Formats: sequence, C-alpha cells, structure tokens
Amino acid sequence: MSRLPRSLSILLSVAIILLGAYPLFGDVLFPNKHAFLMQKLTGIMIMAVMAMSLDLLVGVAGLVSMGHAAFFGLGGYMLAMLSPEYSAANLWVVLPAALVVVAIASAMVGYLSIRTSGIYFIMVTLAFGQMGFYFFNDSKLAGGSDGAYIMVKPAVEILGVSLLNLGDKRTLYYVGLGALVGVYLLLRVVLASPFGRVVSAIGVNENRVRGLGFDPVAYKLLAFTIGGTIAGLAGFLAAIQYGFVNPATLSWHHSGEALVMVILGGMGTLFGPAIGAFVFELAKMGFESVTEHWLLPMGAMIIGIVLLLPKGVGGLLLQLFSGRSKMEGGQ
Amino acid sequence: MNSMTSAVLDEGKVVLETRQLTKSFGGLVAVNSANYRFIERQAHAIIGPNGAGKSTFVNLLTGHFPPSSGEILFKGQRITDFPAHKVSRLGVGRSYQKTNVFPVFTCFENCRLAAQAQLPTSMRFLRPAAMYKEVNERADWALDLCGLKSRGDRVAGSMSYGEQRQLEIGMVLATGPEILVLDEPLAGMGKEESERMVGLLKDLARRFTLILIEHDMDAVFSIAEVLTVMVNGTVLESGPVETIRASKAVQDAYLGDGAEAY
Ligand SMILES: Nc1ncnc2c1ncn2[C@@H]1O[C@H](COP(=O)(O)OP(=O)(O)O)[C@@H](O)[C@H]1O
Ligand SMILES: [Mg+2]
Repeated sequence: MSRLPRSLSILLSVAIILLGAYPLFGDVLFPNKHAFLMQKLTGIMIMAVMAMSLDLLVGVAGLVSMGHAAFFGLGGYMLAMLSPEYSAANLWVVLPAALVVVAIASAMVGYLSIRTSGIYFIMVTLAFGQMGFYFFNDSKLAGGSDGAYIMVKPAVEILGVSLLNLGDKRTLYYVGLGALVGVYLLLRVVLASPFGRVVSAIGVNENRVRGLGFDPVAYKLLAFTIGGTIAGLAGFLAAIQYGFVNPATLSWHHSGEALVMVILGGMGTLFGPAIGAFVFELAKMGFESVTEHWLLPMGAMIIGIVLLLPKGVGGLLLQLFSGRSKMEGGQ
Repeated sequence: MNSMTSAVLDEGKVVLETRQLTKSFGGLVAVNSANYRFIERQAHAIIGPNGAGKSTFVNLLTGHFPPSSGEILFKGQRITDFPAHKVSRLGVGRSYQKTNVFPVFTCFENCRLAAQAQLPTSMRFLRPAAMYKEVNERADWALDLCGLKSRGDRVAGSMSYGEQRQLEIGMVLATGPEILVLDEPLAGMGKEESERMVGLLKDLARRFTLILIEHDMDAVFSIAEVLTVMVNGTVLESGPVETIRASKAVQDAYLGDGAEAY
C-alpha cells in the first residue's frame, strides 16, 4: 500500500482530532443525547477496528471470509469466561490470554480453510463461523443462548495503582479511539513491510506471487490469523463496553454487517472500511429512529452506494485527493 | 518410448534436465515423454506450432503443474514434485506467455516485490519494504536491464503492452535467477517493440542459461544456439540452430514454405 495523498492524510487526521475532541464539546452540541452518542461512537469505533481487520482479509489478501464475527465473538466470550463473577479481572492477564486463544482459533480455522478459494472459501468460513455460534449457543459454558454478563470491568493497574477506569464512559471512549488509531497505524506498518507487500500482491494475483518464489499459503494463513486476532480485540473491547456477550456476536449476520462496512468503505483501502463502519452504524441509527422498517431504507442506501461508488467511500476519497497530488500510483 | 532427447552443443554442465516428462489433461497428452537437457549458459530455443505443448512444458519445468509421470532434475537434484515457489527459489525464473504483472503496482513496485524473493524470507513485518537497500538495488538493476529504468513510477497497468512485456521479464530478473524460462516474450508485439525485445533477449542470452519458447523464427535464429522443435508434445528434431534450420524434416513438418503457417 503506497502512501495516502497528503491532503487525504490531513483530512483523516482532522477527523480523528474531532473524534478526540467530541467528549469535550458533545454536551454543548447535543445536550440531551450526549451520553448516548458517546456510547454509540465508542461502539462504532470498535466496529471500525473489526471492519479494518476484515479488510486485511477481504480487501488486501482477497480472502472473502463470512465467518469473521466468530473471532470477534470469541474475544468477548474469553473476557466473560476469564472474569471472576464479583471482582475485577486483571486486564494484563485476560487481554493477552483472550488474544492468544483467538489467535490459535483463527490459525486453526485458517489452516483448514485457506487452501480453498472463491465460493468454497466463503462457504467454509461461513460454516466455521456458525460452528462457533452453535458452540456457545448450545453449551453451558457461558450462559448458552442467553449469553453472559461481565459484572465488573477489568482493572487496569500497575503495582496496585489504577491507570484507567474502564467503567467510565469517557475513558472507554478514548480506549476505543486509541484502538481505532492504533490498529490502523499497525496495519499500515504491516502492509508496507515485505510481508504486507506479498499479501497485497496475493490479493491481486496469487499465482504470480507463487511464481516469484513466495508460498501464498503461508502468507495468507498469517494474514488470516492477524485479522482474526484483531477482530478478537474488537470483540473483547465490545464486551467490556456492553458488559455482556451473547452468541449473536459470532453469527453470520454480524460477519455480513462487517463485510458491508468493508464494501461501503472501499475494499483494500483500510481507512475506507473504518469510515464504512461509521456510515453503516450512523445510517442504521438514523433510519431506526424514523421507522421500525429501517432495513428497507438501509438496503436502498447500501445498493445506492455500491452502484454509485464501486470502490466505496474510500475509493472516492482517494480519487478526489490523488487528482490533486498527482501520480500517487498504486492503490 | 522411442522419444528423442534434445540436443546439446559441446558438452557443458547440465543444469536442468527432464526425463520421460509427461503431462496429460484427461485423454490429451500435452507433453509426451519429453527428454530435455539444458546446458549452463546456453541459449536453447523451443519452437513448435500452437498447441504443441510448449507452455505446458514450461509449466512443468517451473512447478506450476505437477507432471503425470517422468522426472525433472535441477543440477542432478530431483525437483519433480517441487511447488512453483520452491523451483523459483532454486533459481529457475519464468515469464508468462500472457502478461502477468501486477497492474495496480508501479513498475518499480512490481520489481521490488520480485526482488524480495532474494531475502531469505519475506516474513518481516515492521521495517517498510521500501527501506531494504539491497532489495531496492536489485529492483533497480532489473528495471535497468529490462529497459524500463525511466518508467519506475508508472503504474504498470497504464503502460503500453510492449512495456508490460518488458516488465514481465524485469520481474523475473529481479528474483535473481540462474536459468530464465521465457514463454513467448515476443507474443503480440509490434515491430519496433519486437526489435527492442530481441535486443534484450540477446543480452540475456549472454548472461543466463536461457530457455526460450518462441514463435518468431528470425528472432530465434538470431538469439539461440540450440533449437528444439516440439510437435504434439514430443521432440521432433533438436540440434544446433543452423542444422535445424536446414533440416528437411523440420522444413516440411513445421517451418513450411512461408515459415509463418499459423
Ligand atoms: N490447463 C489445461 N487443461 C487442459 N488442457 C490444457 C491445459 N493447458 C494446455 N492444455 C492443452 O494442452 C495442449 C498444449 O497446450 P500448450 O502447452 O498451451 O501449447 P503451446 O504453448 O505449445 O501453444 C493444447 O491442446 C491445450 O489445449
Ligand atoms: Mg504457449
């Protein structure tokens, strides 16, 4: 992935700064809805992390996964299962533990699915995702179909000194923002590395990559595992935010929503799918407040965007801004 | 089988060899008990009509297809079942008959990606690929050699067809091969583009072991030392270029009157 046009980088930075400032001026702008909006935005930023992780698979490596939410859900369930019932879990223990479990799970699913391609890959990942759903739905492990509560948020302490209070809504908002920015930058770094170049090339022409001397299976498997683990992080954060997990977080509906965010935002652009998460969730919120048949206008909007902007919002932005800073090249 | 073996010019070190190499697609035998020996630093051209099995042979040699039977040896080592990426890493680089570059990458990025094959592994995650000095130098060298030095920043998909064919070869060079297997590098090129490419191929013939699949007779005669004629998946005739050029059997069976029968 080549560098973004400078003006676009500035625009995105301004958007991030505005998001960062929102908790400070939100009460003034929306006196009645501030708390609600801040929570909503926290949730959206977490979904943006999820959408970017899926973009690594779908948009960059060409792996159209329909089971990505399974890793999101698993991340949340790990928190629920590792948290003591009436006291706080130690974040420095439960977060790494959750991520390791999700990484192993995604490596296993990846190992079993990566050799298939096209429609078969979609079907296999869908099947694995549903297996995850039914596993938590039908087992007594964590509340079955009712889901499970996380009564006390994990403690973030060093030597007994509390660093962050995750129970505080504003703190959690900044954790979400930090995750969004951190994961974006991390993925940019990884995509610019030799590994990232190979994965990007696989998404364009896997066979040629093999001919040049790289084993695509190894690179795709690792990309799948990285994507799955980041989705697990998003699910973990969502579980902290809502204090609750249920099997629906693993379901293919949820995978499908993430896929829609990626497509709306612009596959392979990374920042696009993050924007896609905002477009999707804010539109949903808007339509929901007007009509209970919100799926109808939502569907129309999605179709409209896909038809008008085949490369998504991100593609449009790239086109608009690279016109000015000529010859940016690549994607 | 009474299949004949491709000829070699004055004995040299055999770097690549096939024994009774066969590939069938269902009932169709595309490559039939092919025995080839390729000598280090020799330029060996393979000609033959469309459908003779030349591209299939290239795909077998470079691990893109698994053979139905027979063997492939690289410097005496059996590599018959090696996957394409391993064959490439051994030093057998190939180009494709149908242009196969990454159209969304710049010309330089295409070569840089290929040059990454020189690293022991590309499983490196933090330092930007653009900062690997030796990789950049290798990519620059390949761009220069294939004649695209001034085109580095162009997006590959926006270049002319002829330039994309050059890039196709530049990418192979960037992987650092010993043996070049080029599948019809002149296919579909205009006269001027062709001339430039023939110049490049002559240059490459001096530097590498070259296995050249080609239709264009004049080009073949000017580049190759050894010539093998392949028809219906088997070796029809093989020997020094001048000998084959004069061979009655080949003239009748393949070169025909106008030598442009297809
Ligand atoms: N992947 C494939 N599947 C089935 N048949 C193939 C395949 N590749 C080549 N063939 C057949 O094998 C024969 C040789 O093809 P090819 O090697 O492309 O010939 P050439 O390169 O000499 O023109 C042709 O009849 C072609 O149709
Ligand atoms: Mg061919």
